[in-house]
Amino acid sequence: MKADIRVALVGNPNTGKSTLFNALTGLNQKIGNFPGVTVDKKLGYSQLPDGRSAEIVDLPGTYSLYPKSRDESIVFSVLAEKNGDLTPDLVVVILDATNLKRNLLLYTQVADLKIPVIIALNMIDLAKKGGVIIDIDQLAKKLGVPVIPISARKLEGIANLKAAISFANKFALQESSIDVKAIAPELIDAICGEIDTENPYFALQLAHQHETLKFLTPAQSDRIEELEKEHSFHSQKAQATETIARYNYINDVLYDTVKTPVTAQDESHSNKIDKILTHRVFGFVIFMGILLFMFQSIFAWSAYPMSLIEELFVLIQGGLRDILPAGPLTDLLIDGVVAGLSGVLVFIPQIAILFAFISILEDTGYMARVTFMMDKIMRKVGLNGKSVVPLIGGFACAVPSIMSTRTIENWKDRMITIMVTPLVACSARLPVYTLLIALVVPSRNIWWIFNLQGLALTGMYVLSLISAVIVAWVMKFILKSRERGYFIMELPVYRMPRWNNVLFSMYERAKTFVLEAGKVIIAVSIILWVLSSYGPGDRFKNIEQKYNAPQYARSMKPDSLARVISTEKLENSYAGVLGHAIEPAIRPLGFDWKIGIALITSFAAREVFVGTMATIYSVDGDADRIDSVQQKMRNAKNPDGSPVFTLAVAFSLMMFYAFAMQCASTVAVVYRETKDWRWPAAQFAYMTALAYGAAFLVYHLLK
Amino acid sequence: MTLSQLEIGEIGIVKEFTDLEMSVKLMEMGCLPGEEVRVSRIAPLGDPIAIHVSGYQLSLRKFEASTIILQ
Repeated sequence: MKADIRVALVGNPNTGKSTLFNALTGLNQKIGNFPGVTVDKKLGYSQLPDGRSAEIVDLPGTYSLYPKSRDESIVFSVLAEKNGDLTPDLVVVILDATNLKRNLLLYTQVADLKIPVIIALNMIDLAKKGGVIIDIDQLAKKLGVPVIPISARKLEGIANLKAAISFANKFALQESSIDVKAIAPELIDAICGEIDTENPYFALQLAHQHETLKFLTPAQSDRIEELEKEHSFHSQKAQATETIARYNYINDVLYDTVKTPVTAQDESHSNKIDKILTHRVFGFVIFMGILLFMFQSIFAWSAYPMSLIEELFVLIQGGLRDILPAGPLTDLLIDGVVAGLSGVLVFIPQIAILFAFISILEDTGYMARVTFMMDKIMRKVGLNGKSVVPLIGGFACAVPSIMSTRTIENWKDRMITIMVTPLVACSARLPVYTLLIALVVPSRNIWWIFNLQGLALTGMYVLSLISAVIVAWVMKFILKSRERGYFIMELPVYRMPRWNNVLFSMYERAKTFVLEAGKVIIAVSIILWVLSSYGPGDRFKNIEQKYNAPQYARSMKPDSLARVISTEKLENSYAGVLGHAIEPAIRPLGFDWKIGIALITSFAAREVFVGTMATIYSVDGDADRIDSVQQKMRNAKNPDGSPVFTLAVAFSLMMFYAFAMQCASTVAVVYRETKDWRWPAAQFAYMTALAYGAAFLVYHLLK
Repeated sequence: MTLSQLEIGEIGIVKEFTDLEMSVKLMEMGCLPGEEVRVSRIAPLGDPIAIHVSGYQLSLRKFEASTIILQ
């Protein structure tokens, strides 16, 4: 879709920017990534009253054009690039009417870049309610730009804003705010001459940010660096001077346009809630309660839709098998592609539910309080107050949790959180644990109330959290920080969640996951299907010929004959060959080649372990019948007659599954969130090493 | 006296900063020399703190608050 005019939305965080974006574009939006950083690039289209269409670009929320994080650096680079893919014709700066002073700082910076600009004065209803009186005409006159009062939440003023966008000038008519040139006169002149620009503020920003701007050639950037040295430019001192000058200007503008009561009503209302929610006792109790509720809901509410999706795919697979002619292509489609698709879509309920909660917590302003309360503990281990939610969400599933780390602004904290989240015992480990624990731990009570099996399972969960904390602490020393860690953060006033935004966020996250991580998961699923359904040479043909012999058909029922064949095929498939190949490596952990096959096939997802065990030990019916898998495994004997699954082997296996990155979806989502294959590779390597070490240790201790 | 030494409810006026890099960020957030700040709450574990400044609530770590010198 080609639009007539491109509009960038710019504003502070918590000003209702995304609500305005949704109000302007409706469902007509698409999400991509800004190059190089993992900030969602949201583009949408809006129909203007004069019949033209506008492309709306939602830029990350920021307090200033000087970025505090790499994500914020997007804003200036998009605004400043000449003739780029996203270069706006017009900027809509959204300001929070209840807090104009701080919001105007960003406006004055944008205005001085001399791009045509319109102000959307949001939350005008709340400002009125709080007793803030704004002389809008006077404000517009002083700044020299259209000021449109809106309430994005109540969808008030949106039509006026659209009209203002369609009437907007092609030229910037706003008043200059401060005397930019006075900050570094010679340097600004020199850069203007070098880069071919007449805008002094653009030149000054280049002096500050040239190192990170991709649209400058290396030669230009080096030249600016030289000029800075020549004119002994001090970036931070210049920023301080500029900010003070801007606030002087803002105070001047606000002096006769805005009257604020001594205490805003909204703030005191918020204050009362804060007294309870950040209370030293109730604060933690309530937070734990909310986490517990989230965790329970992800488990409980997703169970039904998940099994629905799975059943639907079983039906589709059955249907396809009836329609399509039997053959390798049909098998590839059904057991590779459709099975992979089912493995992708089955995550949607968990992702949607987790993001519904996260979006509510963020929207209401509670997330900022969580960070506020948890920061001290989490900082000790190299994490951030906001890491709590992904870590706890990891108990359900690492995939949505890793996607949710986007709320962590600090790069290092975010990477550490991504790296340790898969250690937390997710729900896919549960079937593996329950199967193995039931196999070797007696169901007996100690100290009257504690069931041994329950204790073992609890132990595995506690271990996962402890290991995540320890690894995070180690990584704190390994990772080099790219930016200084700040905790200068706004605590926004409490507001009701906007249910539309909640729905949007559920829809967006699910869609992004399916489209981006889905590709990798389906690819891995197809590879694993090939590995387990084909074997080297004539092995498969020989097996079929062998069982075609009449004595088998006579002595065995068709069902059990089919099972025996599929077991023998799996043993002779590439996966089986690989299982044999890795046996020397896993022998020290107490695993034989059959377990080796399960380790390989369960790379797609941990719970596949149970299914593979069922096939290897050929069990009636499907893998859900854990009882029968358990029986077969209990009876499994080594060639020397000793049982395969001893206490040592079972615990060694559990350790392996506790630490190893046996999940293709997580690998895919870590890649999608870091945009660099080295992160999932490093994660896979350290987790596998940890798994091997722990399994080795446990096997030899218990043997 | 620095901002980190104030108790809950106490008010101070920002005079200057000891850390230039931090001061740039604090000033952008409205924490400017001459501005009145009030400590509105302290996190349950004693750090970070929340202050009321230029019409809104800002949270910052004790260490960061200690770079703000009050009048």
